[in-house]
Amino acid sequence: MRFVPLAVAGLTALALTACTAGKEAAPSLGAQPKPSGTASQALPAATLELWHGFSTDAEVKAFEDAIAGFNKKFPQIKVNATKGVQDDQITQSIRGGKAPDVAASFTTDNVAQWCRSGSFQDLTPVIKQDGIDLTVLPEVSRTYTEFEGKRCTMPLLADAYGLYYNKALMKGEQPPKTLSELTALTKKLTVRDANGDIKVAGFVPSFQYYENSPSHMGPMVGATWYNPDGTSAIGSDPAWKQLLTWQKELVDWYGYDKLEKFRKSLGDEWSAEHPFFKGKVAMILDGEWRNAMIAGDPKAKDMDYGTAPLPVADDKPDLYGSGFTAGTVIGVPKGAKHPQHAWELVKHLTTDTGSLVTLSNALRNVPTTKAAMESPDLAEDANFRTFLDIFAHPKTSTLPANVNSVFNQEALSTFLARWEKGAVTDLDAGLKSVDKQIDDKLKLSGG
Amino acid sequence: MASVSHAAPARPGSPRWRRGEGLRALLWLSPWLVGVSVFFVYPLLATVYFSFHRYDLFTLEFAGLDNYRYLLKDPRVVTSAKNTLWLVAFMVPAQVLFSLAVAQLVTMLKAGVGLFRTIFYLPTLVPAVAGTVTFVFLMNPATGPWNQFLAVFGITGPDWFGDPAWSKPSLTLLALWGCGNTMVIFLAALLDVPKHLYEAAAIDGAGAWRRFRSVTLPMISPVLMFSAVTGVIYALQYFTQAMIASRVASGATDSAGSNFIPGYPDESLLTLPQWLFHVGFRDYSMGYACVLALLLFGTSMIFTLVLLRQFRRAEESS
Repeated sequence: MRFVPLAVAGLTALALTACTAGKEAAPSLGAQPKPSGTASQALPAATLELWHGFSTDAEVKAFEDAIAGFNKKFPQIKVNATKGVQDDQITQSIRGGKAPDVAASFTTDNVAQWCRSGSFQDLTPVIKQDGIDLTVLPEVSRTYTEFEGKRCTMPLLADAYGLYYNKALMKGEQPPKTLSELTALTKKLTVRDANGDIKVAGFVPSFQYYENSPSHMGPMVGATWYNPDGTSAIGSDPAWKQLLTWQKELVDWYGYDKLEKFRKSLGDEWSAEHPFFKGKVAMILDGEWRNAMIAGDPKAKDMDYGTAPLPVADDKPDLYGSGFTAGTVIGVPKGAKHPQHAWELVKHLTTDTGSLVTLSNALRNVPTTKAAMESPDLAEDANFRTFLDIFAHPKTSTLPANVNSVFNQEALSTFLARWEKGAVTDLDAGLKSVDKQIDDKLKLSGG
Repeated sequence: MASVSHAAPARPGSPRWRRGEGLRALLWLSPWLVGVSVFFVYPLLATVYFSFHRYDLFTLEFAGLDNYRYLLKDPRVVTSAKNTLWLVAFMVPAQVLFSLAVAQLVTMLKAGVGLFRTIFYLPTLVPAVAGTVTFVFLMNPATGPWNQFLAVFGITGPDWFGDPAWSKPSLTLLALWGCGNTMVIFLAALLDVPKHLYEAAAIDGAGAWRRFRSVTLPMISPVLMFSAVTGVIYALQYFTQAMIASRVASGATDSAGSNFIPGYPDESLLTLPQWLFHVGFRDYSMGYACVLALLLFGTSMIFTLVLLRQFRRAEESS
């Protein structure tokens, strides 16, 4: 039957053309002749769609307050904000041709992918047009918002990670500055019952515990993720081995089974049942936002606690004071209906000191420009100051943007779970196998 | 008088007649053809096409056999395939046998059939996510009531969803809890078996087991086959419960610098569809995800064909 080859040919043609978008291209940034900054008041009226991940009432209110500041400058631009949007929704909407004008993400995991694929527009031309000096942003924030020379996002607010300690449980001890001090203090503060079960832990060393991810703990030893050519450095950087050896010694001191039993008895990280709130853990690694959560919890708000930078490797005292940082990013997706308007909003939210301070004061996240950090209007106390200092520390690091960021972190986390359990006999070989997985995936993604 | 020419009707069996018949057949088949083309053939061809490309949902680049080569060195493919096959080999038979046993018990009840049918069916109304989350919390080794209940009898319960040796059996327990659909189908089939066959068998001296083996099983074999085939296909596509159980049991956060481990614990709950989804929608390696989709499609086809053949043989021999 002639019908069959005809149908097959037709379907093949359909399949082959499925990937080529036939729509008219949306306007892109930097396409207009005048610098957007000088033409800002002349922008025609428009309604912008803004998607963001904030979801609680306080967060949404803070974001709306920041937008209200923008509306004073641009009364002709209306902003419709949609809360609680995740990265995959953003990606799918751009793919489906229904992109918002502005999109913000809580994580930096997809920045490389968005930059490389062009799903977020390169902001470089308009940054140049408007003469924005990016050195107002700390270098580390610039790192996680661009990829391969494309700046497709701007940092909105940052998270910095440090040590929280319960002063009552510390029994007058000062927060540890080195890993060996952390080990000694952990052993001293840990309380067990007659069966050897953990009642109070000094510090939970498991990589599976809440914020103890390898990316957050790596800066304690100055560990690097990638070589300059983008391949994995996990197997070749001795810092990882140093961190894992220290960590395993502490896990073994607890006893893996006892530690797991204790870990699984703990409440949800985001609830009032957090073990730090309940006095079950003396020291925790956490982000600056925990200050706000403690202040907002009726039972925890009166807790006497302190904050400090994370302890560092004994042989690298210069790292003390630094830590891990990442944060919320915001950009203009491909297909935005009003990209110039969208850029003005992004610019306002990420570079306007008043806006950043408003957001930071409401959300208790670290503001990302130097001016905002030094603003007298920035509400701060000693516990929040710790994180501002960590963020500003020259050795504070981030997880460099990578197209396989999620995969790479999960590959290491998977290995670490086996490691702390004692299922890995050859650490070097194990770390090399993580390298291989990451490098193979890199090749698959086009290098 | 104008002459009117009439085309002579085609003789049955002639080429013209066959052509007309063929066109009529196509016309009647066209709704099905359209459905199959749009929802099966086109996606299948597109999957094959994309499997030869690097595709991140935005940019498309020809990659030759790279995605297929990567399949051979991806350790998670072997792990996830093994986990999926475990579910096919153990969860499906357990589910079928348990549903059949429960249905058989319900048929033997003198009273309260409706009540028990409802009780066993109710769990299927619970959304998969809610049911899984509840199960994980109930079976939490430290705080869950299930292990505390076992402790009353001096039994130390395992770390159900946290121990790789117990994670898949725990999922199987969850599947048994939610097997109401299959149970109801079996119940209908069992109630459909003509009573006189049992009476005849009883007169011939057949005991309960013999009656079940020689009367019940042959009579419900089409339903058994249906349950087995749909169960296998379901197991090959097992996704939601495994993913939710992994995530909840691991206690991982989904924030920047996430420490989530797919298939926690020890990748023991990583199923092939889950890995496919992960590769496609978390890593944006759509080309490679297409290779995994084709692998899953091929495996499903093989399993289905083998099962159908086995049942046909069993039917012919009985």
